Amino acid sequence: MARALINVPPKAKKGEIITIKTLISHEMETGYRHDNVGKAIPRNIITEFVCTYNGLEVFRAELFPAIAANPFFTFNTVATASGTIEFKWTGDNEFSQTESVNITVE
Amino acid sequence: MTPSERCILVVGALACAIASTLLIVRAAEIPLNERKSGYEFMGRDSRAMQDDDTANPGTFSVLDGEALWKRKVGTAGKSCADCHGEASESMKGVAARYPAFNAARGRPVNLDQQINICRAERQQATPLPLEGKDLLALNAYVARQSRGMPINVTIDERTRPFFEAGRATFYRRQGQLNFACAQCHDDNWKEKLAGSPITQAHPTGYPLYRLEWQSVGSLQRRLRNCISGMRVDNYPPGAPELVDLELFLMWRARGMPIETPAVRP
Amino acid sequence: MDQKATRRAFLIGATSLAGGLITVLPVTDARATPATMQAAIKKVIGSAALRKGKVTLHLPPLVENGNSVAMDIAVDSPMTANNHVRAIHVFNEKNPQSNVVSIRLGPPAGQAKIATRVRLADSQRIMAIAEMNDGTFWSDEVDVIVTIAACLEDPV
Repeated sequence: MARALINVPPKAKKGEIITIKTLISHEMETGYRHDNVGKAIPRNIITEFVCTYNGLEVFRAELFPAIAANPFFTFNTVATASGTIEFKWTGDNEFSQTESVNITVE
Repeated sequence: MTPSERCILVVGALACAIASTLLIVRAAEIPLNERKSGYEFMGRDSRAMQDDDTANPGTFSVLDGEALWKRKVGTAGKSCADCHGEASESMKGVAARYPAFNAARGRPVNLDQQINICRAERQQATPLPLEGKDLLALNAYVARQSRGMPINVTIDERTRPFFEAGRATFYRRQGQLNFACAQCHDDNWKEKLAGSPITQAHPTGYPLYRLEWQSVGSLQRRLRNCISGMRVDNYPPGAPELVDLELFLMWRARGMPIETPAVRP
Repeated sequence: MDQKATRRAFLIGATSLAGGLITVLPVTDARATPATMQAAIKKVIGSAALRKGKVTLHLPPLVENGNSVAMDIAVDSPMTANNHVRAIHVFNEKNPQSNVVSIRLGPPAGQAKIATRVRLADSQRIMAIAEMNDGTFWSDEVDVIVTIAACLEDPV
């Protein structure tokens, strides 16, 4: 399982725009590199990242090899209600990882 | 042209431009109050990456190290925690004083070597491969406990000969380009090489996440990269010459705060 | 670089030297070119016009290392149900592939502002295109200088 770091404020006011930062450990091998005997190193990247807030999709990214290793995204969402913010990464070689954090909205 | 080829071309040009017939470069040491960490040579975005633990891929290494710290290994079935307890207490200040003299070996050892000594002698476990993920993680975790603390290696009658050997390496012209570390890092640190700023080469943040590597690596990895870039016959990983050089560089950076896990281009 | 491309490059070069009237095509390995970037953009926007404005794309002008370059994009939009950004697409000119990332957003975002880190293979132009809910497309572009490249450097 890859490590992921999520930065979401634990508390927010209703209607406040919060900033979410996510970092996941993944080499994002582009598929364009060659090893020391000239053989192509196969592509191995995360291809999709989706964030849902209490089940509603609030952010979706389609990643290409041009996204740097250890993909990092910062984005915003409006704090609507207390609940769970879920993050899902999927990619080559059946890579799939889900993380979630709780948020309290008053 | 690969980065190292480009580097060699420019380094070659620079070396030719420096007209000196001396074998040992009498470079001017950087005055203590003019020393700057590599952090200060980076752009705003790279600094932001280092400053925010949740944006710094080096944090993954530290977290892996935290898990390894608690794992029981070897025929002794012991974890680091079994002897050392909470790393945040027992390891505070440790990385800041390595390389340190090891009486049994009669010479200084660096933190990687110390971790492997512990593994062999206390845990009865096989040593971790140098530059491997696990050793980097443990090193990063231990060094993280010294973050913010001033570098403080001991140069005394026991470590002095090794320190002098390291210093001699730093100032000696070597290799195909007849070039010394000091010529870039003492004399030309305000200049640029192939578009990138030449830093003062203070090892304040190792192990660190290097954008060039797209992974975390040790000081020795960085030294070996530089040495091969200078077209000098390289030292194998773990070589005593590299540890002596580490000792010298840490002394040269004395008083500067540890930044582990740093980010560097 | 595949065999075919290398041979073609050599033949064209050789013929040119011999003084032949051959159009020298820019032979590259599988890299993107301004033309493939335009094709990738067309795939997204179709026949719609690409307007300049609303979008602010930021990348450092001189990149420290092409392996990891901080990129911020902001789109001026109230992000209401009637007026919001539906997607942000980023393209490049010289990486092996023209697409960089495609982001889907909507009113839940509150503001259309994203940041990420990208790989750049060479000094080139990067373009960010915002797709609005009314079907219009707005863009911004930035020229970036890269001395130490990504993608095309093999691991040591």
